Amino acid sequence: MPSGKLRKTLFFLRLRHMECACYFESPARQIGTPKVQIQQFHVFRFLNGYHMFQRILVANRGEIALRIIRACRELGIETVAVYSEADRGAHYLQLADEAWCIGPAPASESYLQINRIISAAEIGNVQAVHPGYGFLAENAHFAEVCRSCNIEFIGPPVLAMQQLGDKVSAREIAMKAGVPCVPGSDGLVPDVNEAVKVADRIGYPVLIKATAGGGGKGMRVAGNEISLRAGLQAASAEAEKAFKNPGVYIEKYVERPRHVEVQILADNHGNVVHLFERDCSMQRRHQKLIEESPAPKLPEEVRQRICECAVNLVRESGYTNAGTCEFIVDKNYNFYFIEVNARIQVEHPVTELVTGIDLIKQQILVAAGEKLPFTQADIRHTGCAIELRINAEDPENNFRGSPGTITKLRLPGGPGVRFDSHVYEGYTISPYYDSMIGKLIVHKPTRDEAIQCMRRCLREFVIEGIATTLPLAKRMFNHANFVDFSIDTTFVERTF
Amino acid sequence: MAKPVESEEKSESFDLDRIRKLLQLMEKFDVSEINLQNDDESWKIRRGPRVANAQPASSPGYAMPTMAAQAAAPTIAPAPLAAAVPTGVTINAPTVGTFYSAASPEDAPFVAVGTVVKPDTVICMIEAMKVFNSISAEKSGRIVEILVENGDAVGFGQPLFRIEPA
Repeated sequence: MPSGKLRKTLFFLRLRHMECACYFESPARQIGTPKVQIQQFHVFRFLNGYHMFQRILVANRGEIALRIIRACRELGIETVAVYSEADRGAHYLQLADEAWCIGPAPASESYLQINRIISAAEIGNVQAVHPGYGFLAENAHFAEVCRSCNIEFIGPPVLAMQQLGDKVSAREIAMKAGVPCVPGSDGLVPDVNEAVKVADRIGYPVLIKATAGGGGKGMRVAGNEISLRAGLQAASAEAEKAFKNPGVYIEKYVERPRHVEVQILADNHGNVVHLFERDCSMQRRHQKLIEESPAPKLPEEVRQRICECAVNLVRESGYTNAGTCEFIVDKNYNFYFIEVNARIQVEHPVTELVTGIDLIKQQILVAAGEKLPFTQADIRHTGCAIELRINAEDPENNFRGSPGTITKLRLPGGPGVRFDSHVYEGYTISPYYDSMIGKLIVHKPTRDEAIQCMRRCLREFVIEGIATTLPLAKRMFNHANFVDFSIDTTFVERTF
Repeated sequence: MAKPVESEEKSESFDLDRIRKLLQLMEKFDVSEINLQNDDESWKIRRGPRVANAQPASSPGYAMPTMAAQAAAPTIAPAPLAAAVPTGVTINAPTVGTFYSAASPEDAPFVAVGTVVKPDTVICMIEAMKVFNSISAEKSGRIVEILVENGDAVGFGQPLFRIEPA
């Protein structure tokens, strides 16, 4: 290594799409010389007086990573992507300004590795991290670590995330905010006998739920005392294994409910708004298949009350950034709070289309300290949007995952059609992550037109090389009950 | 120490040449900070040594990685991989972080071209989140080529050394 010689250091400063080359003469970097000066330029970009991020790390993969990269590009923010060995070479990575490999294929060794994500954030020189959904998106520890390393976490404050992430404390906050909750144990059940007492009080059937669970995991129905006693043991053990928290609580089991959730957005200046509701009753094993807005056949008064409750709950908890309050609605249109998803969700495009608001951009702006650029009165709901999740699963074979290479891909298009996906012809779906390969969303003035549009898209859609849930989708969109919306969260499992 | 630098141009936007000139002027006159305003957009450029998480507490003034190394990397996967793929057996980075070839600025590098290594020989350090990880060779052989420079950012699996297996 040369020593003592002056070296010209080529210095590239990337400013949006510009590159600026500056030559400096600086002493050579050498080991053993304590006095070395490296020119370091920190460039802060301000927009409208607010300190906007220059660079963001996308701590996720697949379609949501692509979604975040797109939002950043439109905001003029550079992106640093991360990928596992299984995702090496994916096309969406080329759309980021930089990409770093953070580990081997399994998520636990890559996308869930907090230290590696932070390392990538440091070497990538970012000011913020967007966690997407899943992976570390609701990991309060990760959010804490980011912020302690002076990297903003694009999401809620740690405390709000923790309080709302815990189902029991979320219920407490909801009750304080005057939000109706499903009757149940007020807190974790300490033992079986307590649970039985609660069940006797609220009436069977009851639902045993894990306080640290989510996404439909850690839930069991008990129709009587015997199954309650047996189920509690099993549920607690499952919860310990899956979420490292054996705490369970009891709720009244509302039979054949509808699932209605409200999108909320809050900034760091005390402004909280709702962006209306979505109905996600078309589910299979608690995995959503179809989501739509507005919720069909919901009285306007009920709709308004659900949205107001969501806003009140968020205000009460001090939550900021984007989030969703989930409710179940019984056949008499009574609604009950279930949980808060303290992150952006898969089905966010539905709300984006009916309100015209870019939720990912708003997340970034809120995290940078901006005030929401609209009030509740400014937010209008237009038309009907329906989203179909497309999974690489074989509906004929018990929805077994179908990894493989897409040999042929022809996408639908035309007015009112949006396809959010990272896949392309030649893309290989690996078995390491969830099976969702894309979301097809349509937006039309009425629900009937939206359904017609979706049927047209499903005819246009060609995908070969892997099995997908498209055949099931065709059946769902042609089913009278779906069109009529006489459905509940058990409909798909009972019918298909 | 800093001299104020006045910018007299009234351009419509912050174009490339202007920024380049500004940076050169900043360095020339040892200016540490400039604030620029243009309608609703403003820029603040601060010049100074990196207040780095990467800096080891024990040795101030250690050769720190420049932004140049990262900023110069092309948009696709980092330059070292995009460039000539090293053939032969390589020792790859087991984690993400900043590569250091010696334990501290005062020490000699762990290995050099020609060094014979055993599986437990420490060959470099990779710093991640203020933690310095000693990286062992995990292989036996002779170092034939060092593929990264001290202070470079490295990704998981990135080849660091080429060795001739023994």
